Amino acid sequence: MAAHRCSCWSWLLILFSLSVFVVADIHETTPVNDHHGGVDHNAQTAEQTADQPAVEERRWEATEVKEAATVDAAADIQGTSAPETVVPSSVPQPKDDFQEELVIRPLHSGDIYASFQFRTLWDTDFMRENKVSHYRLFPKSLGQVISKFSVRELHISFTQGYWRTMQWGQPFIPSPPGAELWVWFQDSVTDVDATWKELTNVLSGIFCASLNFIDSTNTVQPSASFKPLGLGNVTDHSFLRYATLPREIVCTENLTPWKKLLPCGSKAGLAVLLKSEKLFHSSFHSQAVHIRSVCQDWQCKTTSWELRQTLNSVFDLHNSGQTKREWSLFKMFSRTLTEACPLASSSKLYIDITDNPQGEQFELSPATSLLSQAVVLGDRRTFSVYDLTQETTFGTVRSLNLLIRWKSNEGEMLRPLLHAERYVAGYGLQTGEIHTLMYNNHPYRSFPVLLLDSVPWYLRLYIHTLSVTSKGKDNKPSYIHYEPSKDRVKPHLLEMLIQLPPNSVTEVTVQFERALLKWTEYPPDPNHGFYVGSSVISSLVPSTVAMHTNSTRERPLFSSFFPCKEESSYFVRIYTEPLLVNLPTPDFSMPYNVICLTCTVVAVGYGSLYNLLTRSFQIEEPNPGLAKRIANVIRRMRGVPPL
Amino acid sequence: MAAPLTLLLIVAVTIRAALFRSSLAELIAERVEVVSPITAWKRVVEGLALLDLGVSPYSGDVFHETPLIIYMFHFLVDYAEITFMTFVFGALCVCICFFFIYLSLMPFQFRKQKFALEADRYPMDSLELIRSPKEMYYVPLKVAMFYLLNPFTILSCVAKSTCGLNNAVLALFFLSTIKGNVLLSAIFLCLATYQSIYPITLCAPAMLYFMQRQYIPVNFRRVSFWWFIVQYLFMYLGSLFVLICLSFFLLGSWDYLPSVYGFILSVPDLTPNIGLFWYFFAEMFEHFRLFFLCVFQINVFFYTIPLSIKLKEHPVFLIFMQLAVISIFKSYPTVGDVALYLAFLPVWSHLHRFLRNIFLVSCVLLACSALFPVLWHLWIYAGSANSNFYYAITLLFNVAQILLVSDYFYAFLRREHHLTNGLYLKRKDGSEATLILK
Repeated sequence: MAAHRCSCWSWLLILFSLSVFVVADIHETTPVNDHHGGVDHNAQTAEQTADQPAVEERRWEATEVKEAATVDAAADIQGTSAPETVVPSSVPQPKDDFQEELVIRPLHSGDIYASFQFRTLWDTDFMRENKVSHYRLFPKSLGQVISKFSVRELHISFTQGYWRTMQWGQPFIPSPPGAELWVWFQDSVTDVDATWKELTNVLSGIFCASLNFIDSTNTVQPSASFKPLGLGNVTDHSFLRYATLPREIVCTENLTPWKKLLPCGSKAGLAVLLKSEKLFHSSFHSQAVHIRSVCQDWQCKTTSWELRQTLNSVFDLHNSGQTKREWSLFKMFSRTLTEACPLASSSKLYIDITDNPQGEQFELSPATSLLSQAVVLGDRRTFSVYDLTQETTFGTVRSLNLLIRWKSNEGEMLRPLLHAERYVAGYGLQTGEIHTLMYNNHPYRSFPVLLLDSVPWYLRLYIHTLSVTSKGKDNKPSYIHYEPSKDRVKPHLLEMLIQLPPNSVTEVTVQFERALLKWTEYPPDPNHGFYVGSSVISSLVPSTVAMHTNSTRERPLFSSFFPCKEESSYFVRIYTEPLLVNLPTPDFSMPYNVICLTCTVVAVGYGSLYNLLTRSFQIEEPNPGLAKRIANVIRRMRGVPPL
Repeated sequence: MAAPLTLLLIVAVTIRAALFRSSLAELIAERVEVVSPITAWKRVVEGLALLDLGVSPYSGDVFHETPLIIYMFHFLVDYAEITFMTFVFGALCVCICFFFIYLSLMPFQFRKQKFALEADRYPMDSLELIRSPKEMYYVPLKVAMFYLLNPFTILSCVAKSTCGLNNAVLALFFLSTIKGNVLLSAIFLCLATYQSIYPITLCAPAMLYFMQRQYIPVNFRRVSFWWFIVQYLFMYLGSLFVLICLSFFLLGSWDYLPSVYGFILSVPDLTPNIGLFWYFFAEMFEHFRLFFLCVFQINVFFYTIPLSIKLKEHPVFLIFMQLAVISIFKSYPTVGDVALYLAFLPVWSHLHRFLRNIFLVSCVLLACSALFPVLWHLWIYAGSANSNFYYAITLLFNVAQILLVSDYFYAFLRREHHLTNGLYLKRKDGSEATLILK
């Protein structure tokens, strides 16, 4: 007991001394720095305090709220009038803003789709002369990456599992299985390849992923499929690099650094739900980071950087071992919501109830009166909204555990207008054929799609065998961009613009040959096969409702990711399955034997020719036998003439 | 002789046409023994497709033919149907065999003259070794049969392997050499070199042949000797220069040099074939790769010097030896290359009495040819064997080829020895002697 009291005292002492130090620090820095710096130190204090272990949790929360209030107050003050104590600085204050959002869409199969989006907006300029050194909500590690590598746009995603479009509909943010990275560099970059190499290595460190395996053999420069999603109408695709690692396994070690980029970490707000033991016990998991610059107003006079962190996951009804068709936040994430992130300007939870207008399909509790309509993926959808910044949302128990209980199993999902699948045909290890099937389910409209295929060099594509057929007829692509592969240097890149007729299946086939590699080029499990990244299909699909073209209007985050240029169609990107292809293998156990045997054959050739070249024919004179020679030696010793 | 030859041609063309029309043609065109990454028709078509797409065929690693070939086919495909192409291939085979016929006649006329001049110097019993015109009468027909009816040639022709083109250029080179046309010989040799580097070693026998024909002594101290070499090399290198520049102007870049010659020399494509390179370099330790690459490539060229010294009196046999060495040790050999030197065998029918293990070797060659597809199927399709099985067969096939060539070389040298020393040699004590190499 005494020991316990003693330790309590020591902790108090530490806390006290720390606060003294911090206060001293503030006093020291305030005259030098601007007001904002002081605020930031306060925020840091909060974090430091939070990091101290063994502090009671409730007390920590209180501190945090107080500090956050200070921050808000400071921001308010700044917005209205600068206090007298602050030295006016020449640099305009960067404004940053953080929003968080969770969309839950109950799926007809009984599975549930949860999509998190966290957006940080910051109107700073990373490219200007004096480097940005002061960060508040925007993660410093990414800011430094942007300014060091002159990144215009960066999109990275890690996905475990394959998104089943036909069962689940379109995802809000699509991603291929494995890791995907695509980056637009600024025009000022001179050596794009070297910068790209360096950038992948840095990102590999930031996200604890094997992105350092991205090299020239899996990097391509798509000419049309990946246009910048943010500002800037760039057409020179030499500043674009795209790479996928279909074999990448996504796990906790990738989630932790991703969570650390959030302003509240996983301590408050929606991010408390992100517990890896539940997230990775799902049938689909995808986390992504998208950085781009966006307009702030509709005239686009000022721009700001947008960091969008998204996490999508699909929880399987049967996999989770429950018998009832019933989901709750606690069942999904083993956590409930208690508060919004204090740094967030908006924090909302949306439930898609479009298929359930009268509550006949499923039942929501607690019920909310707040409804919202949004046009997303060419469809007008209705959502129940829970605003986490309102105290009333959490009710009397001060915790929100949303419950969705199904009432009936009926109901048809709207078939997605576009989906695709892919497989390898053929048998044996010599040749094969890649089949890509693209379905246009629109009853009367045809629309063009851009198909991008990046195939590794060890599958040698024969482009003259390329055939595109729809409805049994040849469908000639109106645009083909093909870059053949170079062995051990670069992959094949095939991009095609194909018009999909209404209500049809379009089949793209191309033959390939499997190469025999050097024995050191095989992975440790060579007979598992080699992965070929997903095909990317990008398209403008005809929309049934008018899309909003004003990108700066206040909209839910999930509906504002892809910019919309026209009202009649919306942008969709879908990924096909990655392929697993077997290659012929040499026998890994016998390099020595092979070297010895082949060299023996060469030596046999050399030896027999050498023999014939250097010697001449002679008559064989009989050689005396061994006995006779011994006898002669003895005879010589005896002094008798030899035989 | 015209009648059997016509019959032979009809049979040969019929077999090819029948096979080409059958479903086997597609199967044969995929066989790794028949087509190599350089000579495969599929890759030529791919190159043409790339050209049509506006992509340089050499920007990728699928097409490795020379620019002249692709522009020739580009022209041909534009103006004629694909079926016509098969006739081109067929006709090429035929003209090759004609040249062989001519070829087989020439060296012996020359030899006869020499023998008539020096008859008194030969021992009487070696007259047995001189072939009579009657024996030689059917040799051209046999050469034609050996080439046209050889299954290797038929397969290679049905697969539309461009190896047939290379063989045709080489045949034209033999023809012009033996007819004594120095300029044409240099031009065709240069074309063959341009197609695949290795025929450069045939420079030596060609020069030796011309010198023998023009009575220029092979003597390093003679000006006439050096003058002739300079002349020939000038023609050869000059036409090579013209060809390379022509390719450059056709293509507009030097991309084809690494893609064609770099590909032949550095062996990046390890697709199995009947040669020694593929498995050796698939299993090679990375830091020894360059060393062994140099050793293996030098090995092909190296035999030229000692062979030319030893066979300087017999340039036609030297050509045969060089062709055999190239087809055994080159980086991407196919059965078409093997067929080319096998066609020479009837020319050396007078050596048969000195061959030691021709029966064994021909059995091994036949067995290997049958086992290639079997073990390939077991490895690639059935999955019940692994790469070692196929590799073992390539090893055996190459050992058999080496034994065959060295056996012919031995027989040739032995015959030469008997020609000067008499056929029935005796020991000092009068008993029957055995010849050994010492």
